[in-house]
Amino acid sequence: MKTDQQIAPPDSSPGADLEFDVEKIREDFPILKQKIYGKPLVYLDNAATSQKPQVVMDTIHHYYVTDNANIHRGVHCLSQRATEAYEQARVKVQRFIHAAESREIIFVRSATEAINLVAQTYGRKQVQAGDEVIVSAMEHHSNIVPWQMLCEEKGATLRVIPMNDEGELLLDEYEKLLNPRTRLVAVVHISNALGTINPIQEIIERAHQQDIPVLVDGAQAAPHFEVDVQALDCDFYAVTGHKLCGPTGVGILYGKADLLDSMPPFQGGGEMIRSVTFEKTTYNVLPHKFEAGTPNIVGGIGLGAAVDYVSEVGWKNIAAQERELLLYATQQLSALSGLRIIGTAKEKASILSFVIEGVHAHDVGTILDQEGIAVRTGHHCAQPVMDRFQIPATARASFAFYNTREEIDVLVKGIQRVIEVFK
Amino acid sequence: MSDEVSHLNDLYEEVILDHCKNPRNFKALPEANRKAEGYNPLCGDKVTVYLKLEDGVVQDISFEGIGCAISTAAASLMTETLKGKNLTEVETLFQGFHDLVTGKGGETSQMGKLMVFHGVSEFPVRVKCATLVWHTLQAALQQTQEPATTE
Repeated sequence: MKTDQQIAPPDSSPGADLEFDVEKIREDFPILKQKIYGKPLVYLDNAATSQKPQVVMDTIHHYYVTDNANIHRGVHCLSQRATEAYEQARVKVQRFIHAAESREIIFVRSATEAINLVAQTYGRKQVQAGDEVIVSAMEHHSNIVPWQMLCEEKGATLRVIPMNDEGELLLDEYEKLLNPRTRLVAVVHISNALGTINPIQEIIERAHQQDIPVLVDGAQAAPHFEVDVQALDCDFYAVTGHKLCGPTGVGILYGKADLLDSMPPFQGGGEMIRSVTFEKTTYNVLPHKFEAGTPNIVGGIGLGAAVDYVSEVGWKNIAAQERELLLYATQQLSALSGLRIIGTAKEKASILSFVIEGVHAHDVGTILDQEGIAVRTGHHCAQPVMDRFQIPATARASFAFYNTREEIDVLVKGIQRVIEVFK
Repeated sequence: MSDEVSHLNDLYEEVILDHCKNPRNFKALPEANRKAEGYNPLCGDKVTVYLKLEDGVVQDISFEGIGCAISTAAASLMTETLKGKNLTEVETLFQGFHDLVTGKGGETSQMGKLMVFHGVSEFPVRVKCATLVWHTLQAALQQTQEPATTE
């Protein structure tokens, strides 16, 4: 790593592992070694999906080679092994987000499905005509549309916490929105389009003062710092696996046990039942009540390996590396004339959205791609955010702990090339 | 310079960059008798095509909207090309343009300036940028109520 232009130590708190060697970490991610159009791949689209370490791929491979069977329903050896691996993964995730009990961890397909589950069960039961649900102005579509659908069905109203030009929520306005008709607050922890880290603890506390439960969309947060659902005291927390070094098609919903218990089931089918007759079905206990059908077994097991891997890298190392990357990239990109960073909150994760004067994000993306640089371009499934900033789209570079300062230098050169083409 | 970079130059031809920076016929058309909106949900590009059609001939045509260099230049060059053309010629040009940007070859002798879009075929994800405005034109010709999309 370069030592010139070193930014002040991002995390000098005791316990930060000084041994952190990004080149060694990169060895764990074989995909990063390839060339794109003859140039080294610079993967800066981690907010869309992270790359997978070898250990996750090995775990998945091993499962199919040695343990594959259906779970919770076989007395044979393979089924027992598969069940044990799957349930172990649940415990790993429970510890990872510091949930009190493993039955509070519901395996789902994605963070999107986690939110839909709550909207379709808790929401349908609790939200009635005239009630209100609060979301924020910086939500991903996945934390808007399920609530909009629910409100439409019930004749309820969706209220929106506004934000300022930096991309920070206006908490005073939020306070004004809370009222006795509010049935739920659903807010994103880290904005995927802006990188803002929301003051989620305060948001939760203010809602709880009025006995309103809070769902946190943690799809972007879980990969960047240690989430402690008990310390946050959130009622629901949605996580996706594939942004967290895990496979696609698996995520988790955390919910407080008493809340989950009181909710009707989500989907009906096998696994979620205790007994079935044509007259009456009784439902299984948590977490199985919410896991109808054969789940994504290998996905869950892969996610378990992923959270182990992330824990092993260590939150302090991840925070330190990502913070340095964000600071360096912000500094370098800010120096480019005609470039404007969208999302300049004081508290930010390593997500950098930007627009270049006179150049559409799509063109930025195509030219950077030709340099081997992968960034996301478009509205990032957050069209209201784009409308708020009156832009059609942004280009977004999002950094993971396996990215390097040298890669940011390549990004800067790529952006200079964009500016050159359109000058 | 590698092959890939030369592909980039094929995509961002001078003519395309010029039409992107200074789009022609970029305005609303009060005397239009056909109009349609197009939308690309993938990137949020929006375009409105205005058309004054008389006796099966495009008397005037214009567009408004926001989009990338490829979609803006495609709209600008389309309007420039189609003025004075009859519906049969419009259809032939649409087909020719579609074949050109999807790399299907086909008849190109009538394409004129539209040939600058030949490089798009090297960039499959950008084909929709180039064709959005043409799909929107077709919606205007058919007076479809639904906005045209690339999907």
